[in-house]
Amino acid sequence: MTAKRIASVVAHRLAILAYVAFALFPLYWLLKVSVTPNKLLYSEGIKMWPSRTSFEHFEFVLKHSDFPVFFKNSLIVSGSTAIIVTVLASLAGYAMSRFDFRGKYWIVTLMLLTQMFPLVMLVAPIFKILSPLGLTNSLTGLVIVYTAFNVPFATFLMQSFFDGIPKDLEEAAMIDGATQFVAFRQIILPLTLPGIAATLGFVFTAAWSELLFSLMLISGNDAATFPVGLLSFVSKFSVDFGQMMAAGVMALIPACLFFLLIQRYLVQGLTAGAVKG
Amino acid sequence: MASIDIAAIHKSYGIHPVLHGIDLEIKDGEFVVLVGPSGCGKSTLLRMIAGLEAVTDGEIRIDGKRVNDLAPKDRDIAMVFQSYALYPHMSVAKNMSYSLRLRKTAKEKIASVVASAATKLGLDPLMERRPKALSGGQRQRVAMGRAIVREPKAFLFDEPLSNLDARLREQMRAEIKKLHQDLGATSIYVTHDQIEAMTLADRIVAMHGGIIQQVGSPLELYDNPANLFVAGFIGSPGMNFFEGRYLATGDTANFALTGGIVLPLGGTAKLADGSRATLGIRPEHVILGAEGPDTMMATVDLVEPTGFGIIVHLKLGPVAFKAFTLDRRFLGMHGEVAVKLPVPNLHFFNEEGRKV
Repeated sequence: MTAKRIASVVAHRLAILAYVAFALFPLYWLLKVSVTPNKLLYSEGIKMWPSRTSFEHFEFVLKHSDFPVFFKNSLIVSGSTAIIVTVLASLAGYAMSRFDFRGKYWIVTLMLLTQMFPLVMLVAPIFKILSPLGLTNSLTGLVIVYTAFNVPFATFLMQSFFDGIPKDLEEAAMIDGATQFVAFRQIILPLTLPGIAATLGFVFTAAWSELLFSLMLISGNDAATFPVGLLSFVSKFSVDFGQMMAAGVMALIPACLFFLLIQRYLVQGLTAGAVKG
Repeated sequence: MASIDIAAIHKSYGIHPVLHGIDLEIKDGEFVVLVGPSGCGKSTLLRMIAGLEAVTDGEIRIDGKRVNDLAPKDRDIAMVFQSYALYPHMSVAKNMSYSLRLRKTAKEKIASVVASAATKLGLDPLMERRPKALSGGQRQRVAMGRAIVREPKAFLFDEPLSNLDARLREQMRAEIKKLHQDLGATSIYVTHDQIEAMTLADRIVAMHGGIIQQVGSPLELYDNPANLFVAGFIGSPGMNFFEGRYLATGDTANFALTGGIVLPLGGTAKLADGSRATLGIRPEHVILGAEGPDTMMATVDLVEPTGFGIIVHLKLGPVAFKAFTLDRRFLGMHGEVAVKLPVPNLHFFNEEGRKV
């Protein structure tokens, strides 16, 4: 019995390990290539770790490429999108969760409908709409497009978090003397922090790694985001893998930092003890 | 403190009517219990008084002022929820002071009011804890503390003890009653537990199917139920009912049970000869081991000792009924026993279920 249990635990852990290794290997390879000096890149064959490491690619990318501009643009676009979407989705999700209003069914249907079309289909019309408004080749345009595409899903996400918070809590607050909005802000919102963190994280990473629209709507390096910028390491005759990977590693940093910041809220079960336990 | 008047209140959800015209006057300082099975509309009525449900038709007045269209926060009432609804991200002290902080009460005033409420409820050592670090009974007390710090016009209780175990429920029941004696606040208490209703209420409002069935003091409802519903709902074990036909013969009358057995009544009731009726008697009024005239032989089905007394399940032909006795001689009883249903303790209900 115990031997069988140990065996099953070991098998379980091994399976997890295999999965983690599989999932993280590309990231490892990214890191490995980024620290491999140019000289060794093609001469050493396939090795798990280069015989000599250097940060020359990082140095080049930071000092001699437009990468810092891409990075800044991406940060602005992703950050603004994440914040705007989360604010809108919180309010909309709360309304979906708590209020009964005319046309609610149709609004939900419409929002689901927008999720059904492949983005490629929409690139041309969106370009056609944004172009006369002067919103192509601008970060504002990107933020608007990303916000529009992320709000429906984020609203559903936030709604499910609000659904999980007992209605009694805001009713108690309203009887205690709060308006519905004050109850939302002071009681419900603090309890939804894990949901807000999840939504922020989801939207931020979605915007951070979006390529299609930024490629289509942005020309030139001034307003390019970093996924587009990565392509600038691909030239007509060669691909500068070392620099590309170094840029990739640096692009991972904000996403990692962001999740490090919000992970506290992601795992916290704040509502425990609200109602009967 | 204030009186609450409820006049011709109707409530429907879409096309589904829930309350069909409720009239009720609650006096200043009175403890009124709304009791009934789930789905009878008692919680809906309470939530309408609180302002959490819109009034479809009719009028609610608190302290003489119409409140139909007032927001909950402007009605100056406090409510204790079944789930306690404590704010999980606030300490006990913050939970209790939330309403005062919303009203921008002076800090010193808040501190003194909260401290005295905490002492009254025995919460002093717990003030800095979060709700999740409290037991069920402690959470219940915090919920009450949150209500009393405001000195509202009325307290509303929505099944506040349903989530507690039996022992704690008994204890908290007594505490609520004592609190009401101390504060003398107008209170409306919703429960489906008739024991809570009996022990707490100045007046009980028995509800069923969105209609008030009877309003009265606990003993009025117990001794003189207005109809079959109230008779069956109040009391545990519940009242026995025998369906049959009332047969008058001069000065005396008989009651022919559906099973063919005829009960001699030894008196008359206000029923027409030959009419269908229901006869009710509380288990504790059934006399076991009776002698003399008008006794019948019943079969013992089951004996349930409760410690305090004994519940005996009996059968009169095909009709099952219960008797309650404090006499331990009946513990080992089996076979047949002579029973008597004393006429003064009988309740008669006509075909519509009304008491006659």
